[in-house]
Amino acid sequence: MTAARPTTARARENRTGWLLVTPSLAVVALVVLVPFALVVVFGFSEVRLVDIPYLGTEPITWSLDNFRRAATSQAFWGALWTTVLYAALTAVGSLAVGLVLALALRRPFRGRGLVRALLLVPYVLPVVAAATIWKTLLNPQYGLVNAFGRAYLGWDTPVGFLSTTSAEVWGMPVPVALLVVVLFDVWKSAPLAFLFLTARLQSVPGEIEEAAALDGANRRQTLRFVLLPQLRAVALLLLLLRFIWSFQTFDDVYLLTEGAGSTQVMAIQVYTELVTKADIGSAAAFGLLMSLVLVVLLAGYVVLSRRAGEGP
Amino acid sequence: MSGVRPTRAARAGRAVVVALALLWSLGPVAYGVVLAVRPYGEVTRDPLGLPTTLDLSAFATAMRDEADGGFGLGRFVLNSLGVALGTVLLSVAVCVLGAYAAARLRYRGRALTNGIILAVYLFPGIVLAVPKFVVLARLGLTSTLAGLLVVYVAATVPVALYMMRNFFLALPASVEEAAIMDGCTLGQLLVRVVLPIAVPGVVATAIYVFMIAWNEYFYALLFLVQRRGLWTAPLGIAQLGDFQVPVTVLLAGSIAVTVPVVIIFFLAQRYIVSGLVQGAER
Repeated sequence: MTAARPTTARARENRTGWLLVTPSLAVVALVVLVPFALVVVFGFSEVRLVDIPYLGTEPITWSLDNFRRAATSQAFWGALWTTVLYAALTAVGSLAVGLVLALALRRPFRGRGLVRALLLVPYVLPVVAAATIWKTLLNPQYGLVNAFGRAYLGWDTPVGFLSTTSAEVWGMPVPVALLVVVLFDVWKSAPLAFLFLTARLQSVPGEIEEAAALDGANRRQTLRFVLLPQLRAVALLLLLLRFIWSFQTFDDVYLLTEGAGSTQVMAIQVYTELVTKADIGSAAAFGLLMSLVLVVLLAGYVVLSRRAGEGP
Repeated sequence: MSGVRPTRAARAGRAVVVALALLWSLGPVAYGVVLAVRPYGEVTRDPLGLPTTLDLSAFATAMRDEADGGFGLGRFVLNSLGVALGTVLLSVAVCVLGAYAAARLRYRGRALTNGIILAVYLFPGIVLAVPKFVVLARLGLTSTLAGLLVVYVAATVPVALYMMRNFFLALPASVEEAAIMDGCTLGQLLVRVVLPIAVPGVVATAIYVFMIAWNEYFYALLFLVQRRGLWTAPLGIAQLGDFQVPVTVLLAGSIAVTVPVVIIFFLAQRYIVSGLVQGAER
């Protein structure tokens, strides 16, 4: 009798485990797995918005046209390149800003808690409010930046920061609108990187630094050889996450430029195919190709980081 | 040990960095607040000026109903509030049990469900927007707040699961073990032991979910752009930006929808942050 008890206890725990986790899994299946299956079906069929009332009542016409059209369209490849550039710059930028903030606030000083909290404001702000403020800031007629530039920096004409595709700065072509959108996203997302890096820095034992100082390391050497190596793993994770998230950004770019000034990212393309062109199949194909690109990039990253991990 | 202590120059350098960081983070927000309390004519005439008087009329204009010469933001805020609170209730109710099981119970398939939770948390959401839109349109829910509620619950369940699981993992298991030894049933255990100590984590998750629903823009645009009466606050502000609405009114509206989330975030800041970054320490 006593020998049987652990088994029944385990069986009970097994049963309650499934009982408790089932609602969550059911929701996840309903909102992730089913839609994913559907997006595959849509991508391989000709469906338009006008067909919605008849969905499920008529047989599906399978075709590869959506993918063929996407692969041969200039818009798709242009958007892909814009998106990769945008996501990469945002990931690097927000990591860099987050790192500077985390290192600057590493040691306790009076008011550090308050400063830390205030630095999170851009992250908490609703994206619509943030975009409204930035649009006003950069407005050609009454925006602060243009007013300042004309009053003090000698600008002859106002700069349309959110509509200019490219401008010559010291003889170099600069993608103005894209960089502004990147800067906006860095502004909004750097606080999250700052939080993660701060959490990691706090768990670095103080003895390591003291030992380094006793061995005669100066502050720069301590940073370079003691602290930064400790941050490597979390920094790579942050780069990866921010890249994935920025790769599918819609709100920030759409609210600031609506895709003007060569900022048509993939998510805006999906939205345009769905809403403006009323083509569900094409939107689904764009979305699937976008995930495919993401998966390929991630696989490449995993292979590279494995190989780097094997080195000395 | 003296080598670890910052030098005078290092401290001065840090003060500069901190000041710049605050300017970078809060400068744009402060600019928005300053413009919102200046009269519109003054802003266009003298963009670099500071407010001479405190003019709060833009806030009233933004909030008032269209019938009273306003822009109806008050109604949009109510729509947002309803959807956001509904999302919090449903999402937290679904997740609290699942997160507990994922954190504590050793059932068969636990590793798999934990893996699914993480994978879903990182899954690209935009790809699923197309089928969600189509299915809800087929069900006739795309121009209703109920449809938006369904999508928001779907979008927040993975995050809520992930955060709450982290909170449960951080709680000591010994109390529950003692309760089980004393012959507590599962129901008693959950209600009397687990939930009371998990309250901070549940509240933090609820606030985070509320913020996501309150700030959401993409699905609101996709579903409700044609139905002005049902606009949420973010959609309302974004849409009004395309009309001839004075910028001071838009900024007043933006500030008005920002203040509540900033306040509640700071009240629960410590818990939310720890729920988000747990696991990053390693």
